[in-house]
Amino acid sequence: MSHSSEHIEKPQTAVRPPNPRLKSWKSVFNKLKKNKSAVVGGILIILLIIIALVGPYLTPYDPLYDQDVTNKLATPSSDHWFGTDNFGRDIFSRVIQGTGLTLMIGFFSILLGATVGVFLGIIAGYYGKRTDSIIMRIMDVLLAFPSILLALTIVTVLGGNMFNVIIAVAVSSVPIFARIVRGSTLSVKKLEYIDAMRALGASDSRIIFKHILPNITSPIIVQATLSIATAILSASGLSFLGLGAQPPTPEWGAMLSDGRNYLYNAPHVALFPGLAIVVAVLAFNLLGDGLRDAFDPKTRE
Amino acid sequence: MFQFIIRRILQTIPVLIGVSIIVFSMMHLVPGDPAQVIAGEGAPQEQIDNIRERLGLNDPLPKQYLDYVTNAVQGDLGTSMRSGRDVSSEIGARFWVTVELAFYSTVLAVFVGLIVGIISATRKYSAIDTILMLVALFGLSMPNFWLGLMLIQWFAIGIDLPSWVPFFSDTAWFSPSGWGSFSQVVLPVITLGTSSAAIIARMTRSSMLDVIGQDYIRTARAKGVKEQIVIYRHALKNALIPIVTVVGLQFGGLLGGAVLTESVFAINGMGKLIIDSIQARDFPVVQGTILVASLLFVFVNLLVDVAYRFLNKRIDLD
Repeated sequence: MSHSSEHIEKPQTAVRPPNPRLKSWKSVFNKLKKNKSAVVGGILIILLIIIALVGPYLTPYDPLYDQDVTNKLATPSSDHWFGTDNFGRDIFSRVIQGTGLTLMIGFFSILLGATVGVFLGIIAGYYGKRTDSIIMRIMDVLLAFPSILLALTIVTVLGGNMFNVIIAVAVSSVPIFARIVRGSTLSVKKLEYIDAMRALGASDSRIIFKHILPNITSPIIVQATLSIATAILSASGLSFLGLGAQPPTPEWGAMLSDGRNYLYNAPHVALFPGLAIVVAVLAFNLLGDGLRDAFDPKTRE
Repeated sequence: MFQFIIRRILQTIPVLIGVSIIVFSMMHLVPGDPAQVIAGEGAPQEQIDNIRERLGLNDPLPKQYLDYVTNAVQGDLGTSMRSGRDVSSEIGARFWVTVELAFYSTVLAVFVGLIVGIISATRKYSAIDTILMLVALFGLSMPNFWLGLMLIQWFAIGIDLPSWVPFFSDTAWFSPSGWGSFSQVVLPVITLGTSSAAIIARMTRSSMLDVIGQDYIRTARAKGVKEQIVIYRHALKNALIPIVTVVGLQFGGLLGGAVLTESVFAINGMGKLIIDSIQARDFPVVQGTILVASLLFVFVNLLVDVAYRFLNKRIDLD
């Protein structure tokens, strides 16, 4: 949860000089293919998506209703690869079923958070002056809440369920996007061709969406990928605390929360959902790292 | 320098106002009547009116906010619905537990993170570098509550060791819950510090590599300065500057992460207080604790900014 500040690791992504777009997409992809962490992360994400899409149809047991009461808390075996939980449910089937949930929460919360954050950041950077200071002061306020506490506050207010977790995680991801996009917008705005566009009579919205936004996509994509990793951690943390997805939903954080009560006699109940979270988060972190290197102008030549 | 500190303190004022507005609004944004929510469903109307009167919920919102802030500044954060005690005394008892937990974790994270980062940077692209960075990547991809559970299982419940291992029969070395003694502190601090250690290690590595690539380092080497002096006196000193900022931000992450860690290890700190109070719908305590945690974070970042400025300036003079 605590690595929402990862984006400052290489500030140069934010001030990257703009490149001709179409050509650079191709070169970025070629770079990505050579970047080991991007390839591994990308493959893992594709696998996770496949598991999320087809997995639920292939699981040996129903994640909710197949309760093998005589076989509770059984250790992993050929019947139950990941063992069974306190209701005798197959943990493997539940982990598979939870993949889609986790990806959806991560994806939609960042889609929402990034959209709002990018919008605010561009407005702040483009219009400057008072608009800028008002928007950025509000972002400062949101950043003043220690990471997960903001999400916790929102979930407390709205009530604990998966939809509200998405909103909570989205809101807490907004300020990072706003900050990065504002910085990039400022550097693009200074370029001569933006002045030329304005002299030609282009409207503000045309300049923003046609000329600035396409030139600042790379830091946004990098941050979005890394933010999905953080979002998965935060969301599973909220569920672990009982404030997100509620049992019997096979959400990984909620499953871990069940498992903590059986650490003494059935540690596997907590082991596998946690491993699943690690794999998902790792995949997005790897891809994010790879994307950052590929977009980095220093390694571009 | 003095001017900078004053300006920086003034800058936090709008942030503090914003934080207090959000925290204050919490109770009013909860769907439904806050008094009804606090009283619980099916409470008699009389009790609801009572609560409304006691909390001043009949006053206009701006007045309620001003009252809240005026009281908060004087250390009065209201009364707990659950225990009937002052919120500030509920927090006071637990404040230092969380600060201790976050502080020890920061120390661990900085110590491990710097060492790992320096080793990796000085052996760029070697096997050690690759392994350390992979471990760091795992470290920041792990949910800390899961790491905590696994550490409890391995080192508190323990795993039986084979008989040829001297001195120990199992690995139940530490305590699985509580706070205070050494055996209680070890596992929570590792749990909370790991992801920060990983972030600081990655940051140190990339910051060191940036600095090592610069001309003056080449000059120092060409002059025949010893490699150790080049690394520690010239490179690390400059590489530290961005790292200081990260440490400050990490502290906020740790305060948040403490919520989960305290929950896993049943540590009676602010984090556990928040969760218990949320579950009991004890809003004054939730508000107060979140307010205090945010103030602490803002304060630490203020200190870090000043330290950053200080470091930067001294280096400019060198």
